[in-house]
Amino acid sequence: MQQVMTGDEYKKYVDSKAPDSKLLRNVIRAFSVGGLICVVGQFFVNSFSRMGFDMDVSASLTSMTMIFLGVLFTGLNLYDDLGRFAGAGSIVPITGFANSIASPAMEYKSEGYVLGVGARMFLIAGPVLVYGISASIIVGILHYLLKF
Amino acid sequence: MLEKKLGKQTVIFKQPPTIAATASIVGPKEGKGPLAPYFDQILDNELWGERSWEMAESKMVREVLSKTALNASKAVSRIDYILAGDLLNQCIAASFGVRESGIPMFGVFGACSTMGETMSLGAMLIDGGFASNVVCLTSSHFCSAERQFRFPLELGAQRPPTAQWTVTGAGGVLLSSEGTGPFVKKITTGKIVDMGIKDQNNMGAAMAPAAADTIFAHFEDTGLPQDYYDMIVTGDLGRIGREIADDLLSSNGIRIGSILNDCGVMIFDMKQDAHSGGSGCGCSATVFAGFLYDRLKKGKLNKILFVPTGALLSPTSVQQGESIPCIAHAVAIENG
Repeated sequence: MQQVMTGDEYKKYVDSKAPDSKLLRNVIRAFSVGGLICVVGQFFVNSFSRMGFDMDVSASLTSMTMIFLGVLFTGLNLYDDLGRFAGAGSIVPITGFANSIASPAMEYKSEGYVLGVGARMFLIAGPVLVYGISASIIVGILHYLLKF
Repeated sequence: MLEKKLGKQTVIFKQPPTIAATASIVGPKEGKGPLAPYFDQILDNELWGERSWEMAESKMVREVLSKTALNASKAVSRIDYILAGDLLNQCIAASFGVRESGIPMFGVFGACSTMGETMSLGAMLIDGGFASNVVCLTSSHFCSAERQFRFPLELGAQRPPTAQWTVTGAGGVLLSSEGTGPFVKKITTGKIVDMGIKDQNNMGAAMAPAAADTIFAHFEDTGLPQDYYDMIVTGDLGRIGREIADDLLSSNGIRIGSILNDCGVMIFDMKQDAHSGGSGCGCSATVFAGFLYDRLKKGKLNKILFVPTGALLSPTSVQQGESIPCIAHAVAIENG
């Protein structure tokens, strides 16, 4: 067949053909679901404080509760549906992080507990941890140096 | 001079093999699609009582093999060769699926074009006098493909509108030296075409140039008029890929837009959240074995050019930033 386009021209042409994601709709959904998850989190913070825990402990307890809920809803096959609807709204909160660890653990159970669940659990969360921890170390060192 | 070769890429058969029977099994989502009435079996559960998605996929292959033989009223022992392939690493769905059959087997890999590739090779085996009955089998499974190529199923992620949905399904085609048609008249073997697309979520755009190239070569080699076929049906370009292939062919003077169809577009309804359409080896396999074969048998379609399309990528090549090489194999099928 006669080549009518170069690779670059073809890429441009394909981009013009591909429908864009529905940006406004996705942003509204992400904002509402993400906001709602934060409201649930705030509800737990307030409840724990009212039970007499101080702010630090309440925050930790809230994280734990939200992680538990994220894993629970992943296990109930609901979090992926929420994710398909909300996009970043359910990926960014800590429940999304829990989902990214629980979902490979479920998926790779068929390869056993060591090479399956154990080895693949951090398939998606792994890079976040590696670069998150690395960044915090670098920032920590800078912070230490800037004190002088 | 080779007497069965036409041009650079096409073979014309002297004694065209008959498609004696087909069989198809699909998953629940495909079973809710517009082609549901044409499939032999619709599963109500993707795991089908197995321990893993991979084993469920090979069970589909196993069952489709026996259904294909049954639909042709032939004993499985009369099959000379099985040509089979799928998307999984080392084609395990195919080899595990035919493991107990005791029939000589060639494993074939052509990604989602495998149905076209196995039918091409099978027809050549028969016309060459090497076999009387050949079964071509291919499969794909949404869940096993997702975990191999993308993400765990329960991960809450969104897909872009250009993404496609891997079909859960297996199709079988029995080619025979004897019978009353429909016949495999010609094949046009594709060459690898790579326009530099790297986006795994836009396979239709990656594969469309390969489909257009093979269709163009078919008309070039055979000299057939552009309106010769009742339908030209590509494998899994999806809505966007079909449009691109049509555009590319038009700019090369081939205007077949009105008869150009795509299995990936046909198998799912727009409402089924499959975005650009279906994909996978099982997409063209089940649409052919289910819908297209029925239309041919009933004389609603008499001449079709079936062009399964494949994206020859691996998760490794994608991660290493390589582009996606693609291929398409055309099989010309006619009644009488």
